[in-house]
Amino acid sequence: MTAVTVFTVDGEPLPFVPGQTLAAALVASGRIAWRTTRGGGRPRGVFCGIGVCYDCLVTVDGTGGQRACLVQARAGMAVTTGEGDDA
Amino acid sequence: MREPSERGPDRSSEHSTREPSRNATGGHPEHPEHPEHPEHPERPERPERPERAAGLPSEPPDLVVVGAGPAGMAAAATALDGGLRVALVDSGAAPGGQFWRHPPDHAREAVPTADLHHDLPAYRALRATLESHRRAGRLALLLNHHVWTAVRAEHGFAVHAMDRSHPPEERAVVLHAPALLVATGAYDRQLPFPGWDLPGVLTAGGLQSLLKGGGVVAGRRVVLGGTGPFLLPVAAALAARGAEVVAVCEAAAPSNWLRRPLPLLRDPAKWAEAARYAAVLARHRVPVRTRTAVVAAEGDARVAAVRTASLDGDGRPLPGTERRIDADTVGVGWGFVPQLDLLLPLGCDLADAGDGTLAATVDAGQRTTVPGLYAAGETCGVGGAALAVAEGRLAAVSVLTDLAAPGRPHPRRTAGVRRTAARHRAFARAMAGAHPLPPAWPAWLTDDTTVCRCEEVTAVAVRTAREEGRASDHRQVKQLTRAGMGWCQGRMCGPAVHCLVAAPGRPYAPAERLIATPVTLGALADSVEPPSATT
Repeated sequence: MTAVTVFTVDGEPLPFVPGQTLAAALVASGRIAWRTTRGGGRPRGVFCGIGVCYDCLVTVDGTGGQRACLVQARAGMAVTTGEGDDA
Repeated sequence: MREPSERGPDRSSEHSTREPSRNATGGHPEHPEHPEHPEHPERPERPERPERAAGLPSEPPDLVVVGAGPAGMAAAATALDGGLRVALVDSGAAPGGQFWRHPPDHAREAVPTADLHHDLPAYRALRATLESHRRAGRLALLLNHHVWTAVRAEHGFAVHAMDRSHPPEERAVVLHAPALLVATGAYDRQLPFPGWDLPGVLTAGGLQSLLKGGGVVAGRRVVLGGTGPFLLPVAAALAARGAEVVAVCEAAAPSNWLRRPLPLLRDPAKWAEAARYAAVLARHRVPVRTRTAVVAAEGDARVAAVRTASLDGDGRPLPGTERRIDADTVGVGWGFVPQLDLLLPLGCDLADAGDGTLAATVDAGQRTTVPGLYAAGETCGVGGAALAVAEGRLAAVSVLTDLAAPGRPHPRRTAGVRRTAARHRAFARAMAGAHPLPPAWPAWLTDDTTVCRCEEVTAVAVRTAREEGRASDHRQVKQLTRAGMGWCQGRMCGPAVHCLVAAPGRPYAPAERLIATPVTLGALADSVEPPSATT
């Protein structure tokens, strides 16, 4: 296993293997949902895994509406979750 | 500092390519696939002459290929071998598309996935060909580039992309070329069922992409459901990586294949592939239940169990056959929907692909009905990777012919590729016939089942739109209920809403979306700034 590095999710460090997407790192840590819907407040996380469904939206370094399944994790990235879907 | 040259094309690029030599390839001083710079902790400074520093072509491409999956890779390789300059654009971090999805090159050792792939020698051969042309400066391999629209321009096409190599930053890139090949593939077709929006329920392709792209097994106890041969490799890969696959629920009856056995008999490679998966599944004692569907998922914060049922000939659950199976993860897929977002606004003809979806109409050389526009792979109808490779090669031969390039392959070789494509196409048609959507699937829905995941529109709302609003297609349902109006723009619920309201037998025609991927206004403004304003 090569060196594992970290980014932060809502301030908490989350380890990842360089090359993984944010979604892969989140799922590897046991998190399968990290957002709630605007209407019903239902939990959402990774669903399609290939950038089509937009269920896995997160905020990356202050920019909302990022698909966690497409964004490559980078050391020091600040990811925030839990927002509705109008980010 | 000199600005990157892709800022050249102007707002009116649809009508005029004032400076056709300006293109995106000059602006990538350190590309993500560049082996010397695997990490990119910071955005590098742009050198004075970026095109020299990167060793990327400074001349505009003859052909832009969108999608670096099997079709796009094969097309680019053949076109390059024939002497063309090519820009190969993909939103992913490594070439391969979904079928050959890989982590980025720098992560190959940290995230080993070679054991999960099929026909890897073909992938490696294509990578080697592409790499030699990239080193020679003839190929611009633009990874992490999301193409959001392609428009006709005076001398061909203008392809607009966002470079997202350093998210959340994005940088607008415009490529001009006389020829454009759209090889954007397909995505899993979904049918809603109660609980399908619970965390832990993923598309079958989503489970596969986490595994192939990130080495991550999404759960411990997995149930797969839907229809089509794709469920088998997903089950085999998950089982091989330690997940307990407790059931594979295939809605179709195996006897469906006996109705059209000839295409299967003519394709011994498919037999071998199926046998390989069957062996893996047998070794891991994975039960495959045919004429069975996952009709509900249950749980609170995450799926905890599924309910499965045997189906009658129409796909209606048979009373008394329901079973409850504990599972923390569910993967579902009902075949695939061609990704036509770029093709629709270009206005090429589409036709019923025979599996309930529309696909690009192409001639024997993969030419669409728009001159200079080619399509290959799943955009022409879902048929798998081997067909995609053959179609990519045929498309490239057409581009070489149409641009009067010197290096066309020998006609005998092309004829061979054409025969291969015909055989795989016959197989794909037989497969679609053997794995139809069960017509009675709406019987699984309860009134409050979510149909549109984004806008949380329920089955009863869609039914009301049909019965009281007289909606007869997904566009009318969207106006009445907001189904398909959210972030995914109906990509997930569109096929299902179509089934719920449209006359039987009509294929699903996706909505035209002017922007294939959301882009920020700031980055857009960048793309239309005239060069004089930024120097």
